[in-house]
Amino acid sequence: MSGQSLFEYVLRLGDSCLILSQRLAGWCGHGPEIEEDIALTNVALDLLGHARLWLSYAGEVEARGRDEDALAYLRDAGEFRNVLLVEQPNGDFAATMARQFYFDTWHYFLLRDLRASQNSRIAEIAEKASTEAAYHVQRSTDWVVRLGDGTWESHERIQSALDDLWMYTGELFEMDAVEREMHECGLGTDLERLRQQWLEHVSKTFGEATLSMPQAAWMQRGGKQGVHTEKLGYILAEMQFLQRVYPGAQW
Amino acid sequence: MVAVHPSAAEVWSWLRDIADPEIPALSIIDLGIVRDVQAEEDRVTVTITPTYSACPAMDRIADDIRARLKQHGVEDVHIATKLSPAWTTDWLPAAARERLREYGIAPPQQLLRTEEIRPVSQPDAGPVVCPHCGSDTTVLVSRFGSTLCKALYKCLACREPFDAFKHH
Repeated sequence: MSGQSLFEYVLRLGDSCLILSQRLAGWCGHGPEIEEDIALTNVALDLLGHARLWLSYAGEVEARGRDEDALAYLRDAGEFRNVLLVEQPNGDFAATMARQFYFDTWHYFLLRDLRASQNSRIAEIAEKASTEAAYHVQRSTDWVVRLGDGTWESHERIQSALDDLWMYTGELFEMDAVEREMHECGLGTDLERLRQQWLEHVSKTFGEATLSMPQAAWMQRGGKQGVHTEKLGYILAEMQFLQRVYPGAQW
Repeated sequence: MVAVHPSAAEVWSWLRDIADPEIPALSIIDLGIVRDVQAEEDRVTVTITPTYSACPAMDRIADDIRARLKQHGVEDVHIATKLSPAWTTDWLPAAARERLREYGIAPPQQLLRTEEIRPVSQPDAGPVVCPHCGSDTTVLVSRFGSTLCKALYKCLACREPFDAFKHH
């Protein structure tokens, strides 16, 4: 296993958590009700905690003196390795919960597998993060059922959000050279098997929520290799502004 | 200053009444945040574990530990962080659970260890009991509350809203 593959792999985990956290933080003060405002930002905070653990480790693996902050604030879009799903806009509450549901379900099953990673750092971060991810997926599953099996309006909105985001779910299970290498040496996991678990939970939830499975679509890919939608640049512009303008500023 | 060489047991006793910054009814020892103490010569290493990955109180807890040990003359304090085994509310002793209840926070329930994603129709555990009136007719208002470790409930008997420690 090469150090470069391990670095890439850990960056993917960290960047997906970081970018989704930043997206969710955009809801702060704008939630549909105070409890959901708090919930959205609490999930953002959990994901930021995961991002810090992964990015700190990525910096150690890379061994070029970059810490979590350097990785978060001083890379440009092409160096980010998050999946495309998490950089999609918040939209309305249904769009945010659709994105969260797809992500949380994947994240939960992924972390559950990574607890058994041969790499002890990956295993312990996954063990810690998986208890939080289990809580997140319960909440987003609840919301998909509540919106889908709710009013005509909520049903329409969550269905169209789930349909629109479907094309970003293929990448979650894409086994490229890095994923294959990590799986073969016992550090990563088999994403094809994970896809089956994911689909099972998604289709079961859609059944309970009276929602239809989205039509098969062309699956977008590229985020894991650093090819992003234009939306990531705008996220970074806001997220990195302070450190770019006042380098080294401390809280 | 005269160098002090405390034993690990002494250090544990000094840490015993450091309150958790977010839930002062509990100490950091009650919560199981302090995992290990090593005392060698005049250097003390305290190993702590985060309750949640992003618990914002961890830096404050580390500062409180350093300040407390300094009061006892220990200057060379090293705070280590350990993630595994992952923190769980199952570590809370019965007395701490009772103090939480008296403080107005429903204590965490024993966790049902399951690998399933539990649907809405099947709650995670038994009913959450109101810390004010003891009724078990309570409803979840939000899975998240004022801090990462709490959820928000409402009692249908006494009508009071209350925080419940999330079982984790």
